[in-house]
Amino acid sequence: MLPKTLGHAKNVPLFRRTKALENEIDAFLDKLSQAGLSFRRAVQIYLAEGATAEFEEKLSDVNTLESSADHLRRGIETQLYTQTLIPESRGDVLGLLENLDSVLNLFEGALWGFSIETPDIPEQFRGDFAVLADQAVNGVESIVLASRAFFRNIEAVADHMHKVMFYEKEADKVSTKLKRAIFASELPLAHKAHLRSFVEDIDNVADRAEDVADRLAIYTIKRTV
Amino acid sequence: MDAAVLFFLSSGLFLGWSLGANDAANVFGTAVGTRMVRFATAAAICSVFVVLGAVISGGGAAHTLGKLGAVNAMGGSFMAAFAAAFAVYFMTKVGLPVSTTQAIVGGIIGWNLFSETRTDTGTLVTILGTWIVCPLLAAAIAALLFKATVYLLRVTKPHLLRADAYTRLGLILAGAFGAYSLGANNIANVMGVFVPASPFTDFKVLGLVTFSSTQQLFLIGALAIGVGVVTYSRAVMVTVGRSLMPLSPVAAWVAVVAHSLVLFLFASEGLERLLAENGLPTIPLVPVSSSQAVVGAVLGIGLVRGGRAIRWHVLGGIGAGWVLTPLIAGLICFVGLFFLQNVFNQQVYRPVPYVVSDQVLDRVAREGVSVAALGDLSGRTFASARQFRGALDKLSGLDADARAQVMIYAERADLFLDPAGFAGIDPLWLGKAQIEALARLAGRRYTHRWALAEALARQSEDWRLRPEIRINKTYNKELRRKLDWVFRNFQAEP
Repeated sequence: MLPKTLGHAKNVPLFRRTKALENEIDAFLDKLSQAGLSFRRAVQIYLAEGATAEFEEKLSDVNTLESSADHLRRGIETQLYTQTLIPESRGDVLGLLENLDSVLNLFEGALWGFSIETPDIPEQFRGDFAVLADQAVNGVESIVLASRAFFRNIEAVADHMHKVMFYEKEADKVSTKLKRAIFASELPLAHKAHLRSFVEDIDNVADRAEDVADRLAIYTIKRTV
Repeated sequence: MDAAVLFFLSSGLFLGWSLGANDAANVFGTAVGTRMVRFATAAAICSVFVVLGAVISGGGAAHTLGKLGAVNAMGGSFMAAFAAAFAVYFMTKVGLPVSTTQAIVGGIIGWNLFSETRTDTGTLVTILGTWIVCPLLAAAIAALLFKATVYLLRVTKPHLLRADAYTRLGLILAGAFGAYSLGANNIANVMGVFVPASPFTDFKVLGLVTFSSTQQLFLIGALAIGVGVVTYSRAVMVTVGRSLMPLSPVAAWVAVVAHSLVLFLFASEGLERLLAENGLPTIPLVPVSSSQAVVGAVLGIGLVRGGRAIRWHVLGGIGAGWVLTPLIAGLICFVGLFFLQNVFNQQVYRPVPYVVSDQVLDRVAREGVSVAALGDLSGRTFASARQFRGALDKLSGLDADARAQVMIYAERADLFLDPAGFAGIDPLWLGKAQIEALARLAGRRYTHRWALAEALARQSEDWRLRPEIRINKTYNKELRRKLDWVFRNFQAEP
């Protein structure tokens, strides 16, 4: 019988390649999760001290994570197609990985913005900026968990999915509040517009996480019927 | 080596080719249909295991002629095999999974009609049963197995990729076993009738293993099956694995395993004997067919998932194919025999006369048939089964049972235990006591098969049928097979 042997087959050479591919997918998700943590830390550093060497170090961490995640993703995709694995879910897994990768790109893009444009964030907005970054990263953390569950335990996907939606809403609330406050302030218009673009950069991360969650919900339904 | 024999052999190869093209879908259709196994991979594995099954396990059937053995002249076998092959080829072209065995039976019925031989009504009931009972059983087993598998997957929660790898391995293993038994079970039907005319001779490989002429013939037949798989099986695979209903990979695995389980549980005499010998209740044997089983299994999974995904018009087409296959084969065979006999002057059947001699009257009297009722017929000879049956039907005072008895005992055969024929007896095929019993009767002639069988039974216990209880079923079947072989080998030349 098929599933009875599941526990014993871990070291069978026959499944070594499968195991390696499982590890690569996990590693890809780890990179995304780590990039989120580095992003949160980088934003905190920038808000407290500006574009310091420590900030740049975090930025370069995210860069490295992004390029190695790209590399992993391409390897996984190639293997899925050349070995004709999971014929039914192959397209879905590809879509999932590419969308997750785009979240990583958003992290990277937002941090480059801070590094290049070094926006001047007045004291009164810094708290909300930090909260916004927090909610965005929380959303990404949840989508990473939901994606892991998609591979390992399909029934648990829903446990994480609703959190992604929750964090996206929270991020929306904070960003709206922040934008209102910015435009209600005495700052020059150019400064206001500059700040708004950073609010949007961070909010986009949460939005994209929600987009991924929407797709994942469909993939999950497809796999359970 | 007669050129005519080679020509006749060609229809056996054609039959093998169409069998491969059609029946490969039963074992690999769902795997290929779900894209879990590439067609090229499936075709390669399937051909290799069909050949292994036919040469290794099919060899056991070397002394039987298979289904076509019922046809008593080479020309007739040629046409019956050709008709069956053509019917299966046609169905394969349209992409419908059909039963090759039923096509062969259809061809034989065509021959029966042409040669005025009687057709066993049991045969027709068997075919009907296979269309209905077999898919139902397979559907039920597949539904249960599917539920159980889904539950187990839910409990064990394998990684998506891991589950994929196991399912693929499961599909390949199930397919390989299926292909092996496909080769083992069908090679006799494809090549059996040509065994007595085999153009090959035995030889030893490395001085160790004997490669018999039968095995060589079976290898050729199996290669024809393999070629059929590789060249022409894709359309039927797609029908089974995708068109009838889109399947998930796990469902594909369940379908092929359920199909094998049905064949094993409900058609395995070995299992029945094993259960009977251990005093366990046996599972009733029912007529099953691989093609019908796999279609039933797919349906069962479809129904357990709510039935919405099943494409009923495809199922309708498959059902129509099942009914049409034996009909087409029968029709082609009948028409083809007419041409073969009257245009090409080939012997397509040996007439089997019926005679109501005193010996026959004595014998049926022992069975409790009223001899007086046969009064008018006594001493007469009839040219064919049809004529004799017509004469019997006109008699009053004989019930259907009695008529069937008379039909059996009046059938004439010319048997001569030619001392020259003893050299060809394979000591592994007949036992020592059996050969000695035959030898004691050397030089005698018999005009009825039952008379020879009774003479042998008097000579040795090893020629006696055992009481017809379940535990003896295999023994008696084997003994009947040996008796058939004796009848065939000591058939007097006309």
